[in-house]
Amino acid sequence: MSSETDTMLAIEGLHAGYGRVEVLRGIDLRVGVGEVVTLIGGNGAGKSTLLKAVIGLIPPSAGRVRFLGEDITGIQPERAVKAGLVMVPEGRMLFGPMTVRENLELGAHSRGKTDLTEDYERVFELFPVLADRQDQSASTLSGGEQQMLAVGRALMARPRLLLLDEPSLGLAPKLIGEIFAALDRLRSEGHTILLVEQDARLALRHSDRGYVMRTGGIALAGSADDLLADDDVRLIYLGTWHGGEETT
Amino acid sequence: MGGTELLQFGLAGLKNGSIYALVALGFTLVYAATGAINFAQGEFYMLGGMLSVWAYADLGLPLPLAAVTGVAATAVLGGVFELAAIRPRKDGDPLAIIIITVGGSMVLSSMARHLFGPTERPLPAFSGGGSVKVFGASLEVQSVWILGMTALAVAALWYLYNRTGLGRAMRACAVNRDAARIVGVDTRLMVTVSFVLAATLGALAGLAVTPLTQTVFDVGPSVGIKGFAAAILGGLGNPIAAVVGGLVLGMLESLSIAFISSTYKDAIALIVLLSVLFLRPQGILGRWRREKV
Ligand SMILES: Nc1ncnc2c1ncn2[C@@H]1O[C@H](COP(=O)(O)OP(=O)(O)OP(=O)(O)O)[C@@H](O)[C@H]1O
Ligand SMILES: [Mg+2]
Repeated sequence: MSSETDTMLAIEGLHAGYGRVEVLRGIDLRVGVGEVVTLIGGNGAGKSTLLKAVIGLIPPSAGRVRFLGEDITGIQPERAVKAGLVMVPEGRMLFGPMTVRENLELGAHSRGKTDLTEDYERVFELFPVLADRQDQSASTLSGGEQQMLAVGRALMARPRLLLLDEPSLGLAPKLIGEIFAALDRLRSEGHTILLVEQDARLALRHSDRGYVMRTGGIALAGSADDLLADDDVRLIYLGTWHGGEETT
Repeated sequence: MGGTELLQFGLAGLKNGSIYALVALGFTLVYAATGAINFAQGEFYMLGGMLSVWAYADLGLPLPLAAVTGVAATAVLGGVFELAAIRPRKDGDPLAIIIITVGGSMVLSSMARHLFGPTERPLPAFSGGGSVKVFGASLEVQSVWILGMTALAVAALWYLYNRTGLGRAMRACAVNRDAARIVGVDTRLMVTVSFVLAATLGALAGLAVTPLTQTVFDVGPSVGIKGFAAAILGGLGNPIAAVVGGLVLGMLESLSIAFISSTYKDAIALIVLLSVLFLRPQGILGRWRREKV
């Protein structure tokens, strides 16, 4: 599992922030090929900042990011997508005035002029509701549909590593279930995913491993099961102290 | 006032309005890509006419070739201007860009004065100097060219925006730059493209008008302010609104000449600009919102 060839993403001692404010203070994190890894942590811990620094939306000030063995520290986001690093950003960042179809087409922008028929079929199979909304502008979609479109748009780029930032944010439980069912399918097909979530229990249940972030650093790392059983994690992020009772 | 007379004013308004529309489109394209106002837009208008005159009179090229040369050279200059003056400003701060374009505009017009002289220079009409009758009103043939070229340019731009991958990427960039970047759009390239297109549109307007008005190194700012007023009037950042704003402004000017006095014609743009900013900052058709999240 720790062999170099199996490593999709390796982050070593990464520092980054906004202007003079340093948010990330030496992050070490690894995602293996085919793994689903969850990043949990409270508000402002720096989870979104980490994803942004990985794909190059903000420049790292120190440390290294390697993707499939290649040093991509400080890459431009448009090159990161081409390499296969695709983010579903916090708040979705859809192209609101544009149609669902145009959003999906833009998702494939990095691939140049190619036939996208298969890719559409794939997305519509995963999220059938999008097929009926193709000509609607993205801003008219419901929150859940928008999240599906955001994931669909990312899939159009044929990601090698999918970076998902809080896909459950603001959604009703039923819709969260649908999103995670889709993620499980991607997982079973061998997709590699780095997932950021506030709902630690939910996220860890759908992951192989997890990292806990606290104020710009990694506080804990381990297998999903270990983290679910960890007392600190249970106390702080799962809201339960004792026992094996399951609430969801 | 008779119907024919009114029509005459209407046609004049349409002609001037389509010029403003082309210039306004230039403002809108750059705004969509950068969030900044390009105050060198009027200079692109000046250069389109001036470089065509230069190609025709100084190089001795036949008129059609001189016209193409003038517009193409301006387009290239637009791109060079962006690469040399805007792109080095890495953070893309709109206020910095605005200031750069103000400076750039001064540089371009003094260069034009230095190279092409301080006096007005003429260009022959594209197909003779006659006029045609439209329901009794008369319209110079050159004005027909102006209307035709504007219509063609707007149609071409519409096609580019709505039917091509490049246009889709430009719109994406206008909606949300970061979102465009994470799907792989090279947003800096889009900024360059927007300057090239803005220069082309401005140049087309300057070229089309020069046979009627002649041109000189300092025509840029006054047309620039009208194009800007038109863009604001329609709703900045929205191409259709720029065209509507241009035509409405042209018509308002014509009406003011018809019913008030020609003295106030040039003040109309400023009055429109101020009224819109106070009463309806989003313009007639509404601005293209730059979305936050
Ligand atoms: N654009 C920005 N400019 C300046 N500071 C920022 C910016 N975005 C985030 N920060 C700061 O960086 C820190 C980490 O923010 P970040 O968004 O990475 O947290 P997060 O772990 O994703 O939190 P959440 O769970 O609320 O999304 C916070 O203190 C935040 O205020
Ligand atoms: Mg976040």
